[in-house]
Amino acid sequence: MFSNFILSLQHELWLFALIMLLLCIKLGSSEIKPAPLLLGINILLGLNFVSGFFFHHSGSLFSEMFISNELKDFQKNILNLGVLLISLQSFVWLKSHQHIIEFYVLLLSSLMGMFFMISAGNILMLYIGLELSTIPLAAAANFNLDKRVSSEAAFKFIISSALSSGVLLLGISFLYGATGTLQLTELSHLIHNTTFLVFTLILIIAGFGFKISAVPFHLWTADVYEGSPVAVTSFLSVISKAAVIFVFTKTLLTAFDPLQSVWPTIISLLALLTIITGNVFAIRQQNIKRLLAFSSIAQVGFILIAISSNTVTGSIATVYFVLIYLFSNLAAFGVVSLISAVTGKENINDYKELRKTNPMLCWVLTIALFSLAGVPPTAGFFGKFFLLMSGAPNNNFAVIVIAALNMMVSMYYYLRVVKIMFMDKNENPVEDIKIPWYSSFALIICVAGIVLTGILSGSYNYIFSIH
Amino acid sequence: MNLLLLISVPSLTALIVLFLYEPKKIKAVSFAGSVIQLGLVLYTLKAYYQQKQLNPLNNFFFEKTYAWFPSLNINFHIGIDGIAIAMLLLTAVVVLAGILVSWKVEKNVKEFFFLLLLLSAGAYGFFISLDLFSLFFFLEVAVIPKFLLIGIWGSGKKEYSAMKLALMLMGGSALIFVGLLALYITTSGNGFNWQVVASLNISSELQKIIFPFLFIGFGVFTALFPFHTWVPDGHSSAPTAASMFLAGISMKLGGYGCLRVAVYLLPEAAHYYSPYIIVLATIAILYGAFATMMQQDLKYINAYSSVSHCGFVLLGIGMLTKTSINGAVLQMVSHGLMTALFFAAIGMLYERTHTRMLKELGGLLKVMPFIATVFVIAGLCSLGLPGLSGFVAEMTVFMGSWERVETGYRIATILSCSSIVVTAVYILRATGQTVMGPITNNHFNVLTDATWNERLAAAVLLIAILIIGIAPFYLNDLIKPGTEMMMQKIASSVK
Repeated sequence: MFSNFILSLQHELWLFALIMLLLCIKLGSSEIKPAPLLLGINILLGLNFVSGFFFHHSGSLFSEMFISNELKDFQKNILNLGVLLISLQSFVWLKSHQHIIEFYVLLLSSLMGMFFMISAGNILMLYIGLELSTIPLAAAANFNLDKRVSSEAAFKFIISSALSSGVLLLGISFLYGATGTLQLTELSHLIHNTTFLVFTLILIIAGFGFKISAVPFHLWTADVYEGSPVAVTSFLSVISKAAVIFVFTKTLLTAFDPLQSVWPTIISLLALLTIITGNVFAIRQQNIKRLLAFSSIAQVGFILIAISSNTVTGSIATVYFVLIYLFSNLAAFGVVSLISAVTGKENINDYKELRKTNPMLCWVLTIALFSLAGVPPTAGFFGKFFLLMSGAPNNNFAVIVIAALNMMVSMYYYLRVVKIMFMDKNENPVEDIKIPWYSSFALIICVAGIVLTGILSGSYNYIFSIH
Repeated sequence: MNLLLLISVPSLTALIVLFLYEPKKIKAVSFAGSVIQLGLVLYTLKAYYQQKQLNPLNNFFFEKTYAWFPSLNINFHIGIDGIAIAMLLLTAVVVLAGILVSWKVEKNVKEFFFLLLLLSAGAYGFFISLDLFSLFFFLEVAVIPKFLLIGIWGSGKKEYSAMKLALMLMGGSALIFVGLLALYITTSGNGFNWQVVASLNISSELQKIIFPFLFIGFGVFTALFPFHTWVPDGHSSAPTAASMFLAGISMKLGGYGCLRVAVYLLPEAAHYYSPYIIVLATIAILYGAFATMMQQDLKYINAYSSVSHCGFVLLGIGMLTKTSINGAVLQMVSHGLMTALFFAAIGMLYERTHTRMLKELGGLLKVMPFIATVFVIAGLCSLGLPGLSGFVAEMTVFMGSWERVETGYRIATILSCSSIVVTAVYILRATGQTVMGPITNNHFNVLTDATWNERLAAAVLLIAILIIGIAPFYLNDLIKPGTEMMMQKIASSVK
């Protein structure tokens, strides 16, 4: 019993220990220099990531409120890896910040919420996890303390997520009213194709749609991404999206299985809207963070196509793509955060002639953008291919055609950045940045991930084996 | 003979290049890699003949399957037949020549050669793939290096051209992607194995839906009218080696794909759409030829003439007779060699005179006899002079086309034949203006002739052109079994 408890909650307990440790340091000691403190935290996060691979345990706790299995462990490992990479990349930014420990406590609490959300066997648990993951992030978005845009971003984020939580909660309570249970497995027997339940479904999709910024629930995304510190932006765009996507897929595929004549259509419509809107808006962006924000909206659209397939293949493709997306997006954000921390420049036009002054950063960003665009031999190609491939049989032919043609549109804005970095002239280019070792470590992991996850099919086959 | 070697050698060379710093070493390694690769392809040719004698009924040799994504039934399946070997030979020769003419590149040498090698690895992979997934993978591998090669090392309005090329080719790939997914659904999830798909009986309605996606998609790569607009801009802005790769290899990926994937897998639809293909091909041939007449820039001349010549490939495919398809393959090889030679010669001229404008050039035969001679031979080959490869290929296409006796087909054949006259006009004008006559500019007097590397590059291409021109039966025998297999399938689909 006790070992079941520990093994099921291993990820959460590790995180809990970490948070407690940080709080003790904050309360107990006088002053620790930022560099050793950050180094220590990063080592602990690295250990936390590695420890996730050792034990796999399938079991349930708290009368099936909390479920753990190998797939969920893997999903948590993905998030752990992401947090580790973000932490390494924000080293430079945090070193001059006064509130390092608070930042990590917020980030890790949010991660804790996501873990509970992923493991939830009950929609109530899922909701608690979701809230726990959102609220600390709003505080973290405000972490550029002297910038007004940062607090504006935090405000926009908290208001829109409160709204979306409200919508989601309404859906959940309707669901409970109609079926009398919130247990995911039981729901799949109790849901029937009634108008009321379809309405409930729409509310729940809308609630989740806000969190993954699917169009038309995306309006908060660009402003929040632009205003927040880069570390928080990458957390929002990768980690929190990934977590919600895992849960969203799971909920639709299990609980709403009886409504499978309804939700795939809704999701593919949302997917199309999301892809098109994301792409069209990304074309005209001048700020690199806004560009990445809209590109991440478009990426979510592709994921939604796989979800709309309502098959296990689709769900495998989703997890696989999220892993690749994590590497690609974090590589891009890693470069952006480094340049932003050293020079404060975030405009795309400031990146002109980056090739000349910072060849390494320039190539990393290029590879990341190619992966986001889905160009082989980077992993993004495989991810996108499998997403659309799994979505193809169940979808309208037109949906696939439009999505495929949108890959060409997205190519334009990614290549535009590449073109600016390699080909444009600039009198005042970004200075020669010395890449600190932790940043380069994170970037190397990302690039290795981008290059290898696709060509070596191991990770896909592993995800397949645990599904 | 393990075909994986054919991909590993260029990839390995590219990897080694990444870790070298001295430009000299980088060039030496790239050169060595491409020589080894050419040797390897020649060895493959020899091994192929041996195997073919042992098993004359086999179509594909050295087949190997490696599990890649087993749960999705996606395997890395490789194997070659005569057509693939012909394309591999073309690629190896053009890559070698391309690397030789880039000897003087000084800007970002490492990246330049890395991208060239990556592009060639994509092409090799494409030609040996028998799985549609890996075929598509390698096709796209070959796209992005072009964007960077043109955009960084190009000249003129390079950014515009690079973007246009990348977007149009990506659009083409998107169409191919949709076509492949449609095929995947019809195989009910059995994966992308080319041979499996070929053995299926796909209903003719479905074929008619899928065919345009695949054919237009690959057609964009091979300058199918009206999707040819990237060709002139892309070719003219690219650095010499990239132009050679683009016209010599990359456009052939499209032709090969049209033939291997679109026509072979969907023969009924190919018959149905054949008139449309022929109309588009004829327009491309004539339009390309007439547009070339108006050009002043040597690279634009060759680029537009490429549109016209690639039209012959599509015409041969569209006619769907055995001889015409044979001709299409011959034309792919011949045009690849000839246009690479032409671009190489233009590059050498431009490097010395710093102009490509017809008006400003003249009398170059006196100052640089070697380059000027190469230039003239390339022109004559493009014009279709007997004894050179262009004649053999175009003649075969015309003979094949003439086998179709319907009026419309006859008209298309006659119109296409008449383009030869226009070709003669622009080629003779270009060569006459450039190399003959008095020296127009006093600066030209001090210019030097070709260096050893340029001579070697031209020699490699020239030898290949002459072999095909004088003894076309070697190449013809090589590709014949492949086209016969195709014709069987195409003929059996006609009810």
